[in-house]
Amino acid sequence: MTELAPPTAASPAQDAAASHQLELLRTMLLIRRFEEKAAELYSAGKIRGFLHLYIGEEAVATGVMQALNPEDAIVATYREHGHALARGVPPGAIMAEMYGRANGCSRGRGGSMHLFDLSRRFYGGYAIVGGGLPVAVGLGLADRLQQRRRITACFFGDGAVAEGEFHESLNLAALWDLPVLFLCENNLYAMGTALDRHQAQTDIARKAQAYSVPSSAVDGMDVVAVEAAAREAADRVRRDGRPYLLELRTYRFRAHSMYDPDLYRTADEVERWKQRDPLVLLRARLESRGAPPAEQLAALEREVDGEVAAAVAEAEAGAPEPVEGLLDDVCAERPR
Amino acid sequence: MKTTYRDAVRLGLREALQADPRVFLMGEDVGRYGGAYAVSRGLLEEFGPERIRDAPLSESSFVGAGIGAALGGMRPIVEVMTVNFSLLALDQIVNNAATLHHMSGGQLSVPLVIRMATGAGRQLAAQHSHSLECWYAHVPGIRVLAPATLEDARGMLGSALRRPDPVVIFEHASLYPVEGELSDDAGAVDLERAAVRREGGDLTLITYGGSLGKALGAAAELAHDGFSAEVLDLRSLRPLDVGTIVESVRRTRRAVVIDEGWKTGGLAGEISAILMEQAFYDLDAPVARVCTAELPIPYAKQLEDAALPQVDRIVTAARALLPRR
Repeated sequence: MTELAPPTAASPAQDAAASHQLELLRTMLLIRRFEEKAAELYSAGKIRGFLHLYIGEEAVATGVMQALNPEDAIVATYREHGHALARGVPPGAIMAEMYGRANGCSRGRGGSMHLFDLSRRFYGGYAIVGGGLPVAVGLGLADRLQQRRRITACFFGDGAVAEGEFHESLNLAALWDLPVLFLCENNLYAMGTALDRHQAQTDIARKAQAYSVPSSAVDGMDVVAVEAAAREAADRVRRDGRPYLLELRTYRFRAHSMYDPDLYRTADEVERWKQRDPLVLLRARLESRGAPPAEQLAALEREVDGEVAAAVAEAEAGAPEPVEGLLDDVCAERPR
Repeated sequence: MKTTYRDAVRLGLREALQADPRVFLMGEDVGRYGGAYAVSRGLLEEFGPERIRDAPLSESSFVGAGIGAALGGMRPIVEVMTVNFSLLALDQIVNNAATLHHMSGGQLSVPLVIRMATGAGRQLAAQHSHSLECWYAHVPGIRVLAPATLEDARGMLGSALRRPDPVVIFEHASLYPVEGELSDDAGAVDLERAAVRREGGDLTLITYGGSLGKALGAAAELAHDGFSAEVLDLRSLRPLDVGTIVESVRRTRRAVVIDEGWKTGGLAGEISAILMEQAFYDLDAPVARVCTAELPIPYAKQLEDAALPQVDRIVTAARALLPRR
């Protein structure tokens, strides 16, 4: 059965314990502060290569991760600092990776776009748009063939919807009954090309219908709504052993990458979306219920700042990867 | 036992499926149809649709799904109908399969086997006949094999499945009906070494896959003229067994490389450069190359034949390096 719901807002019933929402706020704040620091370090020349910031989209990764179990797998994109942090990959290991150090989560081989942590089943950042979807389908196939009841969560952007692999992968997952949760982070731009300039049908959730994949869309700026929608979607994938597509309507506040002069959208538009900053929205939700006290929020800020500072210190202290090991990880099998 | 190359590949598949429950075969028409080249005929009935998995015409996604399934603990064998079609999956093979171990700092590995048919000679024209093995052999992070004999057709598969890295196996389409003897106890084969298929002392014919038979034919003709040609079957195109190549040419002092790929930017050029670097002072003549003419493979038989390496072209190239008799 295919259904299509309009973007939903959180109902009062979804307003779970304030302590849990404080945890959500903490995770989103960690992503925000971590990335602000990363941008600063990029400007200082400490981080090189591409750096794609997730700022503005924190509610998506944070909300979705609440719905996943430790045994579930995650496939992400090149804009994946937020996903890695929300999954619990240590901030120090991520920052060290961006420094290209030996204590980085990919030992300096991947950088910002290719964060991996197998111990958390974080199968990495994929930097070919759409390239992660078939891999997620395969992880789902492996689970099906081995009769394991776990799911694979696959993040991708609205840009990936234009790739053939999006369509092939939805079809395969539906055809073969694979437990894959497709998560489209629709931030309205494929790099600089607006959704309505690259898609004839801009309702992404609706596209899943063509492949008999049930789908819905949710307000991706409201972390409480994201969590609720992701829980429902993940439970359904787990229960039915079939795919589901959840579209998360969101917006990136920063440019596509540090190289992007951001000429393709107006400052007004960005400002309008900033009114719906996911951190501000959650804070307002908490405050409207009289919780938490200002000092608790201040303490949270200090804690997160401390965690980011510790991550930077860990990266700074990391040893550079030795050039002698240049060829160490080309193949799992060592040359004889 | 007397059998064919096609049946030898099927035997290798059956043995792999029997030996390890993690192994499954996936690709276009591998199941109910029995394989585009009839390689997998009968396997669906024996192993069922979960393990002999018909895939839609979605090369990029079913190859990518093979990568994901390998990450998830399976040992997939993905069949792509021909190397020309595999270009639709090139992104997954080059950007994912070959890079994930490295990009993850050694955390992930992709024990995936991809099989595909390659090569010309059956009048299938320019979209079913190319030999693009060297495109794959160019890429670090994958192993590339070209079984030319029945023993390798059967044994390379099992050996490849025991490796932790992605392996691409090229089966030359003209070899499938070739008959030969296969010993009953033939099993796993070494994947590292090139094989001397005929010993000789006057020059070395270096080749692989579908051109091995032609090289052996040329060696037989040269023998009539009193020249003994050594025939070297590369077997592995990445990594190349440089030691065996250089050792043979140092001994024979002359070499012809026969490769069904195009000459420009191809494997024959790579091997020539290796000989230049490592055997230059042992050479008595320049290294010669016999490759496919620089055009898309044409349909008409006489045109196709003229485009491809043939016994007479190999003999002519060899004679030009040898002293007059």
